[in-house]
Amino acid sequence: MIEFKDVSKKYPSGVMGLKGISLQIGDGEFVSIIGSSGAGKSTFLRSINRLNDITDGQIIIDGQSITAANKRQLRKLRRHIGMIFQTFNLVKKSTVQKNVLSGRLGYYSTFKSLIGWFSKKDYELVKDALERVGLSDKLHHRSDQLSGGQQQRVSIARTLVQQASIILADEPVASLDPITTQKIMADLRKINQELGKTVIVNLHSVELARKFSTRIIGLKSGEVVFDGSPVEATDEVLTRIYGEEIFKDGEDDA
Amino acid sequence: MKLKDTIHRNLPGQLLILLLVVIAIAMSAHATGADFGLFIRNHRQMGIFMGYFMRPDWAFFSRIIDPMILTLRMAVVGTVLGSVTAIPLSFLATTIVTGNRAVTGIVRLLMNIIRTVPTLLLAALFVAIFGIGPVTGVLTLAVFSFGIMSKLMYDLIETIDLSPLEAAESVGANPVQIVVWSIVPQISHIVASYILYVFEINIRASTILGYVGAGGIGVVLNSALGLFRYDRVSVIILFILAVIFIVDGISEFFRRRLT
Repeated sequence: MIEFKDVSKKYPSGVMGLKGISLQIGDGEFVSIIGSSGAGKSTFLRSINRLNDITDGQIIIDGQSITAANKRQLRKLRRHIGMIFQTFNLVKKSTVQKNVLSGRLGYYSTFKSLIGWFSKKDYELVKDALERVGLSDKLHHRSDQLSGGQQQRVSIARTLVQQASIILADEPVASLDPITTQKIMADLRKINQELGKTVIVNLHSVELARKFSTRIIGLKSGEVVFDGSPVEATDEVLTRIYGEEIFKDGEDDA
Repeated sequence: MKLKDTIHRNLPGQLLILLLVVIAIAMSAHATGADFGLFIRNHRQMGIFMGYFMRPDWAFFSRIIDPMILTLRMAVVGTVLGSVTAIPLSFLATTIVTGNRAVTGIVRLLMNIIRTVPTLLLAALFVAIFGIGPVTGVLTLAVFSFGIMSKLMYDLIETIDLSPLEAAESVGANPVQIVVWSIVPQISHIVASYILYVFEINIRASTILGYVGAGGIGVVLNSALGLFRYDRVSVIILFILAVIFIVDGISEFFRRRLT
């Protein structure tokens, strides 16, 4: 379970990224975070694995505070939190296999990872993960030879070998075409339903949020302005909160 | 149509800059007493030199093969020593890796100091310490290579794609793992071509180093010049030219395959 306790984030510029957020996300939920650009979606997501530090409050994951963790503890906690990015964030010159295997880095000592001493079990994990995302035949391909959708599936495989119980996805489909978007979202849903992983996705599109998630959290200027089921997130309710704007965002880039 | 509506809208400014450059050249030529008339007045001297130069002493060739091999060896060892030390240290000269401006600043300052010392001065210094010979040449080239390599490296590291670093961080990788897994694959092929490039420069540099007694072909070149044996100078220069041409070709071939 992920617990936000009165979490705030103030940027050095004085802008408030998050304002006093308190909420809980249970195991196995599929949560979509919606809101327009600059609403704090990315800040929210990145504070969960502390790629962004928060300035106030606490975030507790399975009973352990990630806010108070030291560097070593933080690395250990991060092993259980996978992350998928809008820009895929693969090492383009490295092979698919190497990129997926890098999900295991947190489990290895510096020395072992330097000389590439990985266990047979981990190579199996890589194979299984690629099978699950349908890229078994790309094992030795260089990552930049793949299409955008395939690259995103490689990064999903990376979180799978990580054996993370939580998967954060920061605008995972923002740079993909509509058909690929549906496939990637379906992959995430499958991982959520079949493997029971908690999935938290930042989305621009209300449509996608409604279609795939079990819960929608709406942010506006760093505050939670909506928190409910997709059924509750009707056009009426969302228009009242955001205005017409929110429905156009799906076509925007950033 | 007015000028400012066309693609030549910056023309007046550009003409002004051109004028300033011309003035600067004229002023510095005047200040240094550059006299292009010398070329014409001293044509006799030039004629004597060219006379010998155009009749190379081919018999001398057999005596410069060994010094040339020595020069090549010096360049190889110098390049390797310089690169092996510069490559790991240059990671510390980037804020991406250290996350600390002070550390990065100090490392860069040291690297810049090393790069600023003129090669000939360095060679003269090492001659004073270690005496005349190839060891001095190797050390000079190593420091020289270190200077170039470190600068090229930290500039290169600053330009990499940072997104994979973020991904590695998110899976719980430590800083060393991030460097080796996310940075090194992005730059390794470029670093290899930099090493070849530094090797090329080192061959040229090592010929000059012979002047201060640092061993190799430069020593032979220097003494031939001192004895006014321009026929021999001619052979030496042709040989150096040929070697550099070949090395350039080989390294060009490899560099193209690397990228």
